[in-house]
Amino acid sequence: MTTTSALCDSLIKIVGKNFVSNQKEERYFYARDGGLMPPHEPDFVVMPKTAEEVQEIVKLANREKVPIVPKGAGLALTGLVIPQRGGIVLDMKRMDRILEVNEKARYVVVEAGVTQGVLKSYLQKHHPHLRHSIPDSPPVATIVANAVIHGQGRLSQQHGFNSDMVSGLEVVLPTGELCRIGSCSVSKYWFSKGPPLPDLSGLFLGWFGTTGIITRLGLKLYPCKKMRDIMLFLADKAELIPDIMLRLSHTEMVEDVVVSAAPLPLRFRGTFWIMAYITGDSDEELEFKRKMVWNALWEYFESRDLGFLSVSPDMKAPLMSMPSKDTSRFADVSKGGGFQYAGPITPIEKFPAFIRKLEEVATKYNVFYASTTRLIGAGHCMMFSFSFSFNRANTDEMARAKKALYECSKFALEEGGVLWKADIYEQRLLMDKMDPNTLVLMKKIKQLLDPNGIMNPGNWEVK
Amino acid sequence: MPLPKLKFDKTKCAECKAISCLVKCQYMDFKDKDKAKKEWQKVINGEDSSVLKSCTTCYACEEYCPFGNHPFYLIVERQEEKGILPAPRPIITMWINQCQPVGRFMVGKVEERALSYCLLPQFNTLVKGKLFDGIALSVIFGQEFFCNAVYLHYAKASVIKDRLPKIVENIKKQGIKELVCLHDECYGTFTSLTSAYDIDMPFKPIHYYEYLYGRLKELKDLIKPLNIKAAYQRNCSARLCPEIDHYVDDIFGLLGVERVKREYDRENALCCAEIFRMAMGPVLADDVQKRNINDMVRFGAEYCVFNCPACWDSLAHKVVKQGIKPIHMIDLCKLAIGEEQALKLPELVAEV
Amino acid sequence: MQKYVSQIHRCFRCGYCKFPTDYSSFNCPSYRRFRFDSYSTGGRLWLIYAWLKGEIEWSEHFAEILYTCTTCKNCAEQCPMKFAPDIVDWIVGARSDMVEKGKIPPRVARFFEAVYGYGNPFKQLRSDRAVWANGTKKYAPGDEYLLYVGCLGSYDENGQKMARSLVDILNASAVSFGILGEEEECCGNEIYMLGETGLFQNLMEKNNQKFKELGVSKVITLCPHGYNTMKNIYPASGGNFEVYHYTQILNDLIKKNKIKPSQAKAKITYQDPCFLGRYNNIYDEPRQILQSIPGIKLVEMERTRRDAFCCGGGSGNFVTDLLAGSADSPARIRAREAYETGADTLAVACPSCLTMLTDAVKAEDLDDKLAVKDISQILKELLSAR
Ligand SMILES: Cc1cc2nc3c(=O)[nH]c(=O)nc-3n(C[C@H](O)[C@H](O)[C@H](O)COP(=O)(O)OP(=O)(O)OC[C@H]3O[C@@H](n4cnc5c(N)ncnc54)[C@H](O)[C@@H]3O)c2cc1C
Ligand code: SF4
Ligand code: SF4
Ligand code: SF4
Ligand code: SF4
Repeated sequence: MTTTSALCDSLIKIVGKNFVSNQKEERYFYARDGGLMPPHEPDFVVMPKTAEEVQEIVKLANREKVPIVPKGAGLALTGLVIPQRGGIVLDMKRMDRILEVNEKARYVVVEAGVTQGVLKSYLQKHHPHLRHSIPDSPPVATIVANAVIHGQGRLSQQHGFNSDMVSGLEVVLPTGELCRIGSCSVSKYWFSKGPPLPDLSGLFLGWFGTTGIITRLGLKLYPCKKMRDIMLFLADKAELIPDIMLRLSHTEMVEDVVVSAAPLPLRFRGTFWIMAYITGDSDEELEFKRKMVWNALWEYFESRDLGFLSVSPDMKAPLMSMPSKDTSRFADVSKGGGFQYAGPITPIEKFPAFIRKLEEVATKYNVFYASTTRLIGAGHCMMFSFSFSFNRANTDEMARAKKALYECSKFALEEGGVLWKADIYEQRLLMDKMDPNTLVLMKKIKQLLDPNGIMNPGNWEVK
Repeated sequence: MPLPKLKFDKTKCAECKAISCLVKCQYMDFKDKDKAKKEWQKVINGEDSSVLKSCTTCYACEEYCPFGNHPFYLIVERQEEKGILPAPRPIITMWINQCQPVGRFMVGKVEERALSYCLLPQFNTLVKGKLFDGIALSVIFGQEFFCNAVYLHYAKASVIKDRLPKIVENIKKQGIKELVCLHDECYGTFTSLTSAYDIDMPFKPIHYYEYLYGRLKELKDLIKPLNIKAAYQRNCSARLCPEIDHYVDDIFGLLGVERVKREYDRENALCCAEIFRMAMGPVLADDVQKRNINDMVRFGAEYCVFNCPACWDSLAHKVVKQGIKPIHMIDLCKLAIGEEQALKLPELVAEV
Repeated sequence: MQKYVSQIHRCFRCGYCKFPTDYSSFNCPSYRRFRFDSYSTGGRLWLIYAWLKGEIEWSEHFAEILYTCTTCKNCAEQCPMKFAPDIVDWIVGARSDMVEKGKIPPRVARFFEAVYGYGNPFKQLRSDRAVWANGTKKYAPGDEYLLYVGCLGSYDENGQKMARSLVDILNASAVSFGILGEEEECCGNEIYMLGETGLFQNLMEKNNQKFKELGVSKVITLCPHGYNTMKNIYPASGGNFEVYHYTQILNDLIKKNKIKPSQAKAKITYQDPCFLGRYNNIYDEPRQILQSIPGIKLVEMERTRRDAFCCGGGSGNFVTDLLAGSADSPARIRAREAYETGADTLAVACPSCLTMLTDAVKAEDLDDKLAVKDISQILKELLSAR
């Protein structure tokens, strides 16, 4: 194996000296994320600018058998970008070009480092009648990584996981070849990630960077109406939530349905806040949709089980903002700079059981909780978050939060849920429960694509 | 400590000829006085009555009753006794939780004369400039000073009875002798509710209209008449203190504002109706708001003057759509003395 | 300063602070320049916390990461957390601990030495402090204003031009004022931001003392940095005078018709200085001055007002220049952004911006396409043209 300094020189040759660091400070910062996983330092942090540079780095890493971990903003919170075996962290955020917007086929092609925030702002400015499905992660989260972990966003109620909205990929394979996936592999158009071809995007989406490095991604865009509004309903019986979600979805007029629960601030205590977002090009359209939503829920309103809350403009502003800053603010409720959540993807009928579990676990471990549920597809499933905040300066509280998280994850799995953006421990839980033949298939794919096992090792490692 | 009891004099009702409480009600049909009398007797007796289910909690009968009896408070008591929910349960729960005292006393440099923001943060924006010279820092705000009248909308007289005496005590403990209430609900609580429930009042509530009127007279030299026509948006809690309504005319007089003589003002006023939306759904609320705003338009109002920040939240952006400028009474006074309007319509949040 | 120690772990490293309000691009100048997350606000805060906990040792690289922050305050505007207003204080607090331990980057050390020994960061002679002034009247009791010029105005070539223009305008509009000349002391704003609390205290006391002796009741500053410290920090140590940035004074003179700029023909864009805008909420006055000039079209850059992108000169970087040396240096990015507006002139209201952006425009080869001028220079030219 080459010495570290020789490796460093090679990396510098590829990307330039300003974009390679093996200094303690970068290694420290890139060894961790905002969540609860123990840190592990990389040997290098490298920031490529082009796919060619990525290819060179990957080839070098293969020769030297050095692990590579592609990283967006590191906001998954489950340690997916913590280099478990050291090696190179590739910070992709310098690959920040928005390459093409096809207005008529409604897609955009971005490089791997383009952030949610920048794309949102770009579309607002240049293509105001198009939008993408923005997740509530901070705006520095990357489009590509969000698809890699099967994120969900503001349009997921209507259009499914954000990864379902991918319309093509360009990938550097673990062995260094540059490869196109989807319509863009035969055409200059990026309108489909698979159909009518064999859908190979599944070799990369959901794999947490263990099967290749995505350098470009096509993303479907959707109509952006002129107006948007929120309708806020309150319920106090968890049992009713699944049906309320279904009824909202049945209108086919609601773009996003989010249910939140938290014991603090006091106004949240004891009730579930159901947020239904609607859009329209005119007052009439909005008014009509409001009416349809009221109709859909009227029975529960009449029985006094479901309340409607008029929101003042002050209250509305944070509820309307995309991404929601309030979601991030949860990290500071215990004045401590941290929160993490287990966000199993589950049938919505599990809502009542999950809420009960969340309250029980929070009490058991004496940690502060909150929950946000996002409806995915037309009610096909939901992301239910068991969120716990913690004070980073309080190791005991961090340990308790972690126990609470794992207890919830296990429970969710037993209940038939599937863990989302699972950390390496949760991946184990998943793989222990997985159909053995599925596991074998995963193993074969991984071995075929990444013979040297250099890509984000530790993740999706089939024994 | 036993909870205070409502003072309600049923002998007055027995002698009452007009039964104004129900006959004048804008939301129930009691043109027939005998029917009204019978139905009202049921309420008094604690029997089931359609009134308890149809009441929109608009507060108006408190004003209609010519004898100062408290018909609406009685309705609230009866609704609670019978477990009738004027609004969905989760909304009531939310209100009860959100406003509970938590021991956080938010006070400025409180003096013997102080302003109460109650639980309305908008006053932080509104209280500015010469009108409040000398008193702007003497402020109380938050749950510990919250008047609790809102529970009248939710059939929770018990919450008022439980919390209000402590609130009065909290205010007293601040050494306040005169409390300038910036909201009718507050003022009405400390005049009407406390007396109806026989709660001792160790300080003197002053309606902010009276305060403004006094200040404007002191600042008379600065006033440049506005020469505008304005619709006055009379809020639900104004019904708890109809005796101060004349200040609207007095202040408008000083400022050179014409209070347009429209159908839905004064005793016949329509409230902002947002409570109705939360209580009974959109149909009634939309209808009331539409009638109200059309009425403003019909009588040529250029401005809509608000007294209550909650009315502002629900109606300001709707009157604008009809070409009428919304303004809070405090800001109206500011305009006349050459200061700026502080509470403005936020850009309608339509982030896409 | 102790406060940061007990609070700094609260950063969630969420990165909102990297952006302007509309998320259109990265707005932390130091992160934008270096691109390692360690150079972002969150990076700095986490590294400081690591240093406090003993998880990393002091190193020159670490010190540089701390000192490449220009204290532009974008992060404090954007961070969604309750502690947002304190972020820059935390960074400054950590710097002052570094200073106390004698562990700072050499360029910063030289900055301190210069101010300590010479009263200015340029190692220029005190006796040369008024060379620019060309006989400008010294402040005497009874004058309405003291014009406080600051180190850049006194010694920097561009700053001096600015100072002279301002003096000319003030004279032409018969404002009663005087300068301190050789007796002027550094205002200490940069010293404060760089964490040399002792030296800062000393400078502030000297200035407060001197102003008191002379009976100064109103100060005009040329530089937003001086404006900031005199406005926000001096009063707590006995500073008892009103302070104005010169754009406020000029705007007032224009409103009162005491200055009437003649017809011009220019398309101008304006750089909000951090210490005027984000620190002191002065966004309108400089624009109103420009808009009052007949024939001038004011165009805005993409990032403007509270979202303005820092020129990279703050926190002493106009001397230490820790962000220099790349097309990604903030001043160069900003020069390009100004040029993209189609403006022919980039107006500034700060000698630090003036110097940083003048150099940047040259480095970008735009110097014949985009003039960088201070507002006082722009006005001055239009007065003499009359
Ligand atoms: C407050 C908060 C709210 C959130 N809300 C949401 C939400 O509403 N919806 C949602 O979906 N998520 C949410 N998240 C989770 C997460 O932040 C987002 O999914 C985000 O998009 C992840 O992007 P990232 O750039 O931070 O990914 P990272 O954490 O950097 O990476 C995630 C994974 O992708 C891999 N990866 C990164 N780049 C590449 C590449 N180029 N090629 C191959 N693999 C790559 C990484 O190795 C890693 O395994 C939230 C997080 C927080 C902190
Ligand atoms: S409450 Fe008043 S108006 Fe109604 S019946 Fe009694 S006395 Fe008459
Ligand atoms: S409160 Fe209003 S709706 Fe209810 S009875 Fe009185 S007047 Fe009628
Ligand atoms: S400073 Fe604030 S915005 Fe920036 S990373 Fe920390 S918590 Fe997030
Ligand atoms: S003050 Fe400016 S340079 Fe410093 S961390 Fe904040 S945004 Fe970055």
